[in-house]
Amino acid sequence: MSGWLSRHLQALLFAAGRLARAPLGTLFTILVIAVALTLPASFALLVGSVRSVTRDLANAVDVTVYFRHDVSLEAVQKLAANTRSRAGVAQVKVIPAEQALADFRRDSGFGQALEALTDNPLPHAMDVRPTATATRPEDLEALKAQLAASPEVELVQIDSEWVLRLNAILDLLRRIVLGSAVLLGLGVVAVIGNTLRMEIDHRRAEIEVTKLVGGSNAFVRRPFLYTGGLYGLLGGMLASALMGLSCRLLAEPVARLAQSYGSEFTLATPSLAQIGQLLAVGVGLGLVGAFLSTSRHLARIEPRV
Amino acid sequence: MIRFDRVSKRYPNGRDALAGVSFDIAAGEMVFLTGRSGAGKSSVLRLISLLERPSRGQVVVNGKDTGSLSARQIPAFRRQVGMVFQDHKLLAERSIYDNVALPLIVAHTPLREVDKRVRAALDQVGLLDRVRALPVELSVGEQQRVGIARAVVSRPPLLVADEPTGNLDPVLSREVMALFGRFRDAGVTVVIATHDKALVRESGQREIVLADGRLQGIGTPDVPTLEVPR
Repeated sequence: MSGWLSRHLQALLFAAGRLARAPLGTLFTILVIAVALTLPASFALLVGSVRSVTRDLANAVDVTVYFRHDVSLEAVQKLAANTRSRAGVAQVKVIPAEQALADFRRDSGFGQALEALTDNPLPHAMDVRPTATATRPEDLEALKAQLAASPEVELVQIDSEWVLRLNAILDLLRRIVLGSAVLLGLGVVAVIGNTLRMEIDHRRAEIEVTKLVGGSNAFVRRPFLYTGGLYGLLGGMLASALMGLSCRLLAEPVARLAQSYGSEFTLATPSLAQIGQLLAVGVGLGLVGAFLSTSRHLARIEPRV
Repeated sequence: MIRFDRVSKRYPNGRDALAGVSFDIAAGEMVFLTGRSGAGKSSVLRLISLLERPSRGQVVVNGKDTGSLSARQIPAFRRQVGMVFQDHKLLAERSIYDNVALPLIVAHTPLREVDKRVRAALDQVGLLDRVRALPVELSVGEQQRVGIARAVVSRPPLLVADEPTGNLDPVLSREVMALFGRFRDAGVTVVIATHDKALVRESGQREIVLADGRLQGIGTPDVPTLEVPR
């Protein structure tokens, strides 16, 4: 075990030493990897932030029930009590016709015109808010059907289309982020693979001699795998730093913008778990790139004497 | 130790390097492969070191039929063969110490043992005081001695050398040959390809003479080379 550890430690130190001896080249490679990781990770973070906010909005979907004109307020109160006891209903608020007219008179700016009316044209109404777990379109449709089945009800209206549109946009964005992440991940694999191909070409003589004295393909490949893993790890670390910095720079303007729309939205900073995932993805892509490159190029190098 | 049984070698470019060559080399023996350029000396060494496989015939080294070894078995096989080259094949960016240590490192030898053996090997070739030097800082003769130290550091039972004195003056050549003689005395089988007849004569060892890829004869400087029927 100690021999195994020692061999891997040697390969790791050798790979780290190689990277340290070419700081500029290493920095550029890491920068490319970091940018490729930062872009999809940042978009994923942004989409996640928006989704967490809109989840609350989605929960705030109200179903408005308009009653027929001849239905009394007592009957409406009774129906409201029945509705409150239903599963999937979080809150029920009765809006008497008088209150509705008063609110309309106050908010619409048609106060004087409304004075001319002899009767209240508005019916009693009821706002029904579903629970957080009952806001799927099919749940809302079921609730609507149940409420509309009462003979006192004239009209049931669900204002959920905008939520569905928003969710569709977020789903689309999530898929775009996923697609770009896959493409940029392939880019990282290609960058690391190509960097290592050049490194292999540069060290061809050394590889030949190593094989000549009995070095196996695994022995020759090991430091390159560590190099790929280190590139990915360092790229992931730089990507995490860039994301953290971007969030810090954007947090205040985004909060100000959100506040101007009356929203409490804030830009989420990457959590430790997300940073861990980013590093793991970086290392994974580095290892894949290194493995593909070494498998292809090392096999072609055989000792020549 | 080594048996060539009607071995032929044709390279991918169609050139026939060896044609039906047969000979035996006993363990602990020192043998010279001689012949003009293109006679097939290097091909014989490449077949012994499993850098090539025979096109026909059988090459047995240390009891192993090289033709039957799988690709995964080749590295372990090569660790049993120390190789010395005319151009030394030293790693220019690595110290003398690191160059000599390489066969032990690839064999996963414990580091303490590596240090002991590298110093012993460099001491044998008289370069213990140059462990930290780079190859470029050494003379050609010293570089050749580093190559020999690297070949013997893992104590292989077989040492092959391809024109090891090709770039050396007569004095250095004798020094290098004396080193090979010492390894032979220690029980190592030594096979040296050379076109330097004088060195062969001085050594008094057996020689295998090749010409145009065929065995021309086997003998010693004292005994006239025996003609081998084709």
